[in-house]
Amino acid sequence: MITAGIDVGAKTIKVVLLDGDKILAKAQVLAGFETEQSVEEAYKEALGKAGIERSAVVKVGATGAGRKAVAFAQTVVTEVSADARGAVFLHPSARTVIDVGAEEGRGIKTNAAGKVVDFAVNEKCAAGAGAFTESMARALEVTLAQFGEISLKSDKTIPMNAQCTVFAESEVVSLIHSNISKEDIARAVHDAIASRISAMVRRVGLEQDVVLMGGVAYNIGFLESIKRTMGIENVVVLEDPEYVGALGAAVVAGADGN
Amino acid sequence: MAEFWRWKEYNWKDPDKDWKSAKLITSGIDVGSVSSQAVIVADGELYAYASMRTGSNSPDSARNALEWALRDTGMKQENIQYVVGTGYGRVNVPFANKAITEIACHARGANFMAGNSVRTILDMGGQDCKAIHCDEKGKVTNFLMNDKCAAGTGRGMEVIADLLGVPVEQVGELSFNVPEEPEPVSSTCVVFAKSEAMGLLKDGWTKSKVLAAYCLAMAKRVSELLERIGVEKEFFITGGIAKNAGVVKRLEQVIGVSAIQSKYDSQLAGALGAALFGQALLQKEKAAGKVA
Repeated sequence: MITAGIDVGAKTIKVVLLDGDKILAKAQVLAGFETEQSVEEAYKEALGKAGIERSAVVKVGATGAGRKAVAFAQTVVTEVSADARGAVFLHPSARTVIDVGAEEGRGIKTNAAGKVVDFAVNEKCAAGAGAFTESMARALEVTLAQFGEISLKSDKTIPMNAQCTVFAESEVVSLIHSNISKEDIARAVHDAIASRISAMVRRVGLEQDVVLMGGVAYNIGFLESIKRTMGIENVVVLEDPEYVGALGAAVVAGADGN
Repeated sequence: MAEFWRWKEYNWKDPDKDWKSAKLITSGIDVGSVSSQAVIVADGELYAYASMRTGSNSPDSARNALEWALRDTGMKQENIQYVVGTGYGRVNVPFANKAITEIACHARGANFMAGNSVRTILDMGGQDCKAIHCDEKGKVTNFLMNDKCAAGTGRGMEVIADLLGVPVEQVGELSFNVPEEPEPVSSTCVVFAKSEAMGLLKDGWTKSKVLAAYCLAMAKRVSELLERIGVEKEFFITGGIAKNAGVVKRLEQVIGVSAIQSKYDSQLAGALGAALFGQALLQKEKAAGKVA
């Protein structure tokens, strides 16, 4: 049975087409002016890549902050459920799922079936989300990819006082003025966001394996910081980490009732 | 690219006053996170001031503000008998005789600016917001503050002004240009409010409508702080956002209390309070025979 999962995030829309245990295609577009249109665009792209007709898809599951924009979905899945399900699908021994997206950071505890046991979300403030890293990279005038890499070159711990993204941006500017190196600042920024995320993970209770998903998982600087702040060696970055939510929605849609 | 958040810097001196005849000349320097003010008080009256953006270096910001306040007065820094530093950069005012917290200074300044019936002060600054209770002498009896989050601060307003391409001084006026009040945007995070505002513009909202929704969100946010401490009359607002009628009028509606109007510039409260403290300290030293 072919199912589709569509994750309508704050910044991008992701689609995964799934046939049983096999991923057929993935597609991603920026969430544009018209969310419905962007959903349609991403869905068509995925269908094209898989080389299947729309009618071949039996069930559609929608997730993400803008999931209501997927009018043709039969199943609506919360982000937290989709994350847990997608993570366990890819990495069956995953028990703690860390999802850091553009505007939300989450720590989720899951069981072997991919069902959510507990979770904590950073929903009221951008401090624990990708938007934080993005504005800091902008302030340092480096690309997101460079931002992660340069932070690995630093071995200094500089505390950031500001929690708020807006204030942290001014703090980064004043750190630049005090001649602190970009490398050290980059590490400080990653440590700051990682400490917020680890606090959420501690709230739900850390259990191995820990897996990382969401767009920020691509950031190796963040990965190192999260290992350091949680004091663990192993954090598994899931394959195509930004698609895990959409994948989870496709899995749930397939399991849902029939 | 135009920078819409950049508010205008300014200075002023009392044209009718001759400082040379004054016995007590003191200055208050408020080095805030976003703006710095220098105020000169001569014999208990406001004589001159300047308001500027705080640079990356606090001592320089303090010096620049004072220099600008002194400009056109003929007064030199050595004519000032006592200097008090306040604000977040108060320990970095190298020429200050003393540093006093901005909470104490705002209460003292508000007492001078709006009269001794003031009991509740809301200081809406660049990077924080404080609700202060004081007595009839302008002495602080209690306070609450938010300095963790940009929602409800001047910096938050600058971010939205920049996003909409509206000069920050015009935000208040434009926000009333709506047929009816919209629902507020997210009042918890400026970053989220920013993406929400972009979405609303895409949905065809006018800039004015988005500004109205943001001003209301800001008013609601700071009203929480006021409600926690309680609003005792009279109520007075200090800081840069006090000049933004879009926020002030909506806040007055939310809390059901009107703010006292003052002829003085609300942004001066901290520096003015500092200068007044300086005058009292100077008098004390004179009485003790420490200075001539």
